Amino acid sequence: MEEKIIEILNEIKSGVDYRNEKGIVDNGVLHSFDIITLVRKLSDEFDVEITAAELLPENFNSVEAIAEMIEDLED
Amino acid sequence: MKNILQMLEKDAKLYPQKIAFEDMDGAITYSELLQRSRQLGSYIASLGIKGKPIVILLKQSVNTVISMMGILYSGNFYCVLDYDSPDDRIQNIISTLEPKLIITDDESKEKSQQSFSLQSIALGEAGEEINDKVLDEIRRAQSDTDPAYVLFTSGSTGVPKGAVLSHLNVLKYSKWLTETFDYNENTVLGNQTPFYFSMSVSDIFGALRCGGQVQIIPKMYFSFPLKLLQYINEKQINTIYWVPTALCIVANWKALDYEELPGLKKVLFAGEVMPVKQLNMWMDKLPDALFANLFGPTETTDICTYYILDRRLANDESVPIGVSCDNCPCLVIKEDGTLAEKPGESGELYARGSFLSAGYYNNPEKTAAAFVQNPLNKSYPETVYKTGDIVSINEYGELIYLSRADFQIKHMGYRIELGEIEAAANSVEKINFCACVYDKESDDIILVYQGRKIDNESLSEQISNKLPHYMMPTKMYKLKEIPFNANGKIDRKWILNNYKNF
Repeated sequence: MEEKIIEILNEIKSGVDYRNEKGIVDNGVLHSFDIITLVRKLSDEFDVEITAAELLPENFNSVEAIAEMIEDLED
Repeated sequence: MKNILQMLEKDAKLYPQKIAFEDMDGAITYSELLQRSRQLGSYIASLGIKGKPIVILLKQSVNTVISMMGILYSGNFYCVLDYDSPDDRIQNIISTLEPKLIITDDESKEKSQQSFSLQSIALGEAGEEINDKVLDEIRRAQSDTDPAYVLFTSGSTGVPKGAVLSHLNVLKYSKWLTETFDYNENTVLGNQTPFYFSMSVSDIFGALRCGGQVQIIPKMYFSFPLKLLQYINEKQINTIYWVPTALCIVANWKALDYEELPGLKKVLFAGEVMPVKQLNMWMDKLPDALFANLFGPTETTDICTYYILDRRLANDESVPIGVSCDNCPCLVIKEDGTLAEKPGESGELYARGSFLSAGYYNNPEKTAAAFVQNPLNKSYPETVYKTGDIVSINEYGELIYLSRADFQIKHMGYRIELGEIEAAANSVEKINFCACVYDKESDDIILVYQGRKIDNESLSEQISNKLPHYMMPTKMYKLKEIPFNANGKIDRKWILNNYKNF
């Protein structure tokens, strides 16, 4: 799953070491429109419904955090 | 009062320890704001610059506000530019404005000095000295008709135009704003709009007028609606004045289902058309709050008409733009040059009165085209502003926005307002947001929308319940995101240039 997430992140903005980046939101790696695109792509790819309750910076700061959020949603 | 700064001086006397502005990095009280502004003003005055434009190139922050006020103390006027704007656009504005100085941060100082070959200072360089005598002399020599700032409108026409706004404009406008919406020393504004956009004038000077407070909401929160609402509660924000796009983010994510906003009492919006569906979602969640649609161009300081929501609107209605602001009477001039007065009549909106800009900086041609003699007054010189907006009068005598004069299209022989097509499409359940453009060459009406999947056939069917056949879009595309320009408005030019590739 993490590989797929990294692939999606690279489609939105390439040239970032996503594997080691822990502040995708906090460090301003992705901007507002990017986040919205990311949410849509993740919803489509993993067939999960991300709601306002999941749309929090801490769920998007790292690849692990994104993966964890999706796993929770899949359950 | 003859000078904007007299508002600040009054606040600092009445509420010295009250927080005036706050951003992510910290807060500033009214007495500190007064002091820092006078320090900067004294420093700029010592450089020998007077009555000239000075550019502010800073991130949206308390420091921007200090810079604005400091520049005014020095007897100059400011122009806030978008910190993230490409160098080309900044250069474009600079060549029109010919500023004498740029105020920026340490990070950008060198870059701005080199890129724009202009004297640049970082705000921190100003020092702590205040020269009361010099500041008094500057004030005495000023008039309320002197410019306070220049605001560049988005460059949809290619060359950005810089509207010149005076101290008088802001004093008169902020008086109307605070009286109409009862802003007072307990008002806490949650600022969303950038300081290089005219709507921010209402936040900054709305607060200064009455000793209120501005919470500069970090831009990042607008990607995280729940965080945004938590921030509103945390900072005890009770008044917001946002673009509809920002309100729609909250509504579409249903964030109000997760976090209530018991302290939010006033929701104002302007800058683009507010879709009724999302407005109703907000109004259902905040039944006791005041909602108002404000309307106007940068050239009338910010606003010239307004409508306080006093009834429930149907999803396919437009939110009225209402009535003229007090002291900014508007005229609706029909095509035959006479005044539209009766329900059902429509024409171009003209504004007159004390909110009116003097014109565009270093641009006599554009000034002459938009700031014209009142067509109804043949007796003495009276300048009115031709807004370029087509409006109509509804059965309640309220103004309804139809479209830009240049959005009014002729298709199959009919005069059509694209705004009306957008309102019809927006009422379709699955559409969250839409935009309509017209391709003159192919005579196509193009509808692009965001939302859930819907096939063109059933979309057509639903829209055709609301519109006559000749107003039906000829091409329809679902986009993942409708693009926005630098001011956060729909980028219609981009849609028109790119729809063939959708």
